[in-house]
Amino acid sequence: MKASYYPGCALHGTALEYDESARAVARLLGVELVELPDWSCCGASSAHATDEALALNLAARNLTIAGTQGMDLIVPCAACYSRLKAAERKISGDRGRDSGFRVLNPMEFLFLSGLSVRLQELVKRPLTGLKVVCYYGCLLVRPPDVTGVKQYEHPEEMDRLIELMGAEPIPWSYKTDCCGGSLSLTRTDIVMRLTGKLFEKAIEAGAEAMVVACPLCQSNLDSRQEEISRESGNHYELPIFYFTELIGLALGHRDADKWFKRHFVDPRKLLASKGLVRGRSNEKE
Amino acid sequence: MSDISSILPSGSPPDFSSLAEIANVQDCFQCQKCSAGCPVAFAMDYKPNQVIQMVSLGMKDRLLACNTIWICASCYTCSTRCPNEIDIAGVMDWLRRTALKENVPVAEKGVSFFHAAFLDSVRTHGRVHELSMMAHYKMKTRRYFDDMKLGWRMFTRGKLRIFPSNIKRKKEVAGLFTGPGP
Repeated sequence: MKASYYPGCALHGTALEYDESARAVARLLGVELVELPDWSCCGASSAHATDEALALNLAARNLTIAGTQGMDLIVPCAACYSRLKAAERKISGDRGRDSGFRVLNPMEFLFLSGLSVRLQELVKRPLTGLKVVCYYGCLLVRPPDVTGVKQYEHPEEMDRLIELMGAEPIPWSYKTDCCGGSLSLTRTDIVMRLTGKLFEKAIEAGAEAMVVACPLCQSNLDSRQEEISRESGNHYELPIFYFTELIGLALGHRDADKWFKRHFVDPRKLLASKGLVRGRSNEKE
Repeated sequence: MSDISSILPSGSPPDFSSLAEIANVQDCFQCQKCSAGCPVAFAMDYKPNQVIQMVSLGMKDRLLACNTIWICASCYTCSTRCPNEIDIAGVMDWLRRTALKENVPVAEKGVSFFHAAFLDSVRTHGRVHELSMMAHYKMKTRRYFDDMKLGWRMFTRGKLRIFPSNIKRKKEVAGLFTGPGP
């Protein structure tokens, strides 16, 4: 199976481990990801917030390239996914015809292609005993007339995938609350209040880690825990996984350790305590 | 949900009086579901339900100058939950873009500086180069030392590229920038 792949700017930088783990999982599933030739930035929220025509044109350039490839376009970044999907809907609506390919996030792709079943067969190291909450954030589900998601207040795809990997997804009420990612650098005070609440609720639910599918959520949640702990007086040390990393780990991919090293909150301590990676003090597998 | 941009022909943004009509703000019965669900309402000078009422009352100048339109995180919770299908986040977008177009002093300068630095990077490289974009943002805001440690830790984790990942047809992307921008 082949598909077009649009990594987006974050996956070439701050979300490198999302790119690496998504590609690794695709390889294990026998899916060939063809990076969109000469792709450019989707415009993200900065174009959308300030210039409607620019937002549409930046996304449309990539959709035009995808059209020449003639394959479904997989977009792991939730922000890119939202921009490209909104533009695709608008353009095919204006033209009155289909663009001939679908814009999909990796979770949609796994379920629509039926590969989620194959995933389960490939599990080598079930993530038994790992308690997590799945966090979807905003743009994977909202606005529903762009994403097409039916359960936009209570999505379950990520929970199902994580369960297939043998981990325990814990129900909680904050799956689609905003983490404030777009204000991360500009109004850090607001963002720390939003992420602090998410940590608090995740821990209250009994989670040992959070799982995400968005590079902005991941970096926003992962990188400021020390700062939030200092300011709030609560100690937060909650690993924030990309769902592709947990799939890669359960499938026994040898690079998993390399992905985890890139995190701010090192998840290897937690994983070692579950016997899921080799710990420094705990050498048993 | 009625999305403003899908109703309009491309390239003809509505003026303020037609905004009220297109966005159906008259349908609002002030249930305040938008403000109750808004994650950042606590930091706004006008809450989302107030913004909708102000649009319907024609209070353009106050709206273009308020901080709400810049604090809005575009999470779409309000638009998704509105029982009258008013695209509240779309109204925020329109107000923000209009404030820029009409050169209204921006209430949250940091936010518009960030958008400017981000889009400059896209215009130059075709993609965002995070390191130079952050430097540019810091020059504009003069908040040089905020998040220095964070940046360094990103760098040591291989998450900040020194060199931009340029595309081949940079001019093609630069040519898409026709508006005045933030």
